[in-house]
Amino acid sequence: MWEQIRANRTKSIILVTVMAVMLLAIGYFLGFYIFENGIAGLFIALVIWFVMTLIAFYSGDSILLSLSKAKKIGPNDYPRLYNVVEEMKIASGLEKMPDVYIIDDKALNAFATGRDPNKASVAITTGLLERLNRDELQGVIGHEISHIKNRDVLLMAITAVMLGTIVILAWYVSRLLIFGSMGRSRSSSRGGGGGQAQMIILIVGIVFMILAPILAQLIYYAISRKREYLADASSALYTRYPEGLASALEKISGSTVELKTANKATAPMYIINPFRKKGMSLSNATSTHPPVMERIRILRAMAGGASFAEYDQAFRQVHPGGKGVISPATQYTAGVVGLREASAEEKQPEKPTRERMNRTREVEDVMLRLNKYRIVQCACGTKWKIPPDFPDPDVLCTKCGGRVKVR
Amino acid sequence: MDYWVWIIIGIVVILLIIIVGLYNGLVGLRNQVKNAWAQIDVQLKRRFDLIPNLMETVKGYMKHERETMEAVTNARNLAQQASGAGAGERGKAEGLLGAALGRLLAVAENYPDLKANQNFLALQEELTSTENKISFSRQYYNDSVLRFNNKIQMVPSNIVAGMFNFQLGEFFEVEVPVEREAPKVSFT
Repeated sequence: MWEQIRANRTKSIILVTVMAVMLLAIGYFLGFYIFENGIAGLFIALVIWFVMTLIAFYSGDSILLSLSKAKKIGPNDYPRLYNVVEEMKIASGLEKMPDVYIIDDKALNAFATGRDPNKASVAITTGLLERLNRDELQGVIGHEISHIKNRDVLLMAITAVMLGTIVILAWYVSRLLIFGSMGRSRSSSRGGGGGQAQMIILIVGIVFMILAPILAQLIYYAISRKREYLADASSALYTRYPEGLASALEKISGSTVELKTANKATAPMYIINPFRKKGMSLSNATSTHPPVMERIRILRAMAGGASFAEYDQAFRQVHPGGKGVISPATQYTAGVVGLREASAEEKQPEKPTRERMNRTREVEDVMLRLNKYRIVQCACGTKWKIPPDFPDPDVLCTKCGGRVKVR
Repeated sequence: MDYWVWIIIGIVVILLIIIVGLYNGLVGLRNQVKNAWAQIDVQLKRRFDLIPNLMETVKGYMKHERETMEAVTNARNLAQQASGAGAGERGKAEGLLGAALGRLLAVAENYPDLKANQNFLALQEELTSTENKISFSRQYYNDSVLRFNNKIQMVPSNIVAGMFNFQLGEFFEVEVPVEREAPKVSFT
């Protein structure tokens, strides 16, 4: 498992370094304009960042858990959940059993937290716990445990804090530059040529202050998405049953209940983006999570085994021509990793027959038409139901990525 | 002359560092294998402990399933006897026990009264989970053994492994000769 963490780490370190450089640059500008001394600003930025990181490091998990109103449970409160967490702990080779928390909320979500694998927690909403069968629960918990095992929580906490610092500082500095520069340009205009050079630096500074937070956010999202793919792959590897996670994700994505206690900074910790729009999977660059449909398709494409290599191949199948998501060095696994069968609980014929599903759909369509919904079909065969007050002329098909004309 | 002495000392030191690194890596993996084995042991013991409870609960309901119940008890005794043996021997005995238990739980499906018993439901969850934990700890153990064995056999760590006489780890395969057989259901 170490090879995989190491190789992923190099890429993450590069991205984190870029963010750190941005943070320092902002600090330098800050100092330059307030004290006419860049080093002082650098120092201020570092101190703010350091203090915030310390807080995140030592009490980040307890803050997160209390913000989301999570309750700690023991083995006898929710035996199935506790058992599944223990099963995944064993499968991942984690040394210490993570604390198990439950959030009393109808929304379907779960997250992991803790700065290192020996002090970690897994939390799940009651809504999700009720809806999932054993295999699905295993998939979800496997995903969370792998966030712990791969030390994603620490990485995301550090980057989130850095992002926060960049956003706050850039906001203040850009205000200072815009309003402060008016007074100063008048007083320094006597300097002649020097004023013009200062003007250029000022403009560069303002542009940088506007771009930096956006860039930092994109980097943050990129790191987060990469970790999500890795966690999905690890979950498949631990459970040897990618279908479990796939069907859990399907259930989760079908729900539109928003988690009351989620907030933007903690979004990457969850198994699914708690701020996704109803029915739409958010587009690529501005999301902490890859589109759910895509994650499901990758997991379902893993027909031959449960190894990282297999996940990578499935990823490429879903993204023709694209690079893999897990670097080759990390694909070292124990040879061929077989899949297992569904557990007994899963095998029972719970699912409605295709015929019944179609009938239900027809009735639903009629009801929607009565309510002036338009039903349009995409080139890929997916039907889209458009509410009467839908403003745009076309809609993004989340299944094939094309656009469907509404009118 | 001095010049050469220093180069030779340098090479020896570098070699020593490499050997120490490889040796520590091997020991780390060996400990991981041992630890993983202990994990399996814990779960197998847990299964031993659960069985008498299960038998006690089931006894009142399944009067006509003497054979199935006896098979579980016998398999448990056999597995307990084999608990000191190596991975291969043990895998066989545990496989039999797992199969016998599976059959008992399958037969239990035919007893609605039993399935309504809270005690039985709790035990069933515990047994299912223990069964899973056994297979997951086995999975992790076998992965660890594979990594350890690879290190022992691959260049350059094989040289160090030979010097310090590291032994190959043994895989834990659960052999189940009759597992795929459909459970016998009798309505006598």
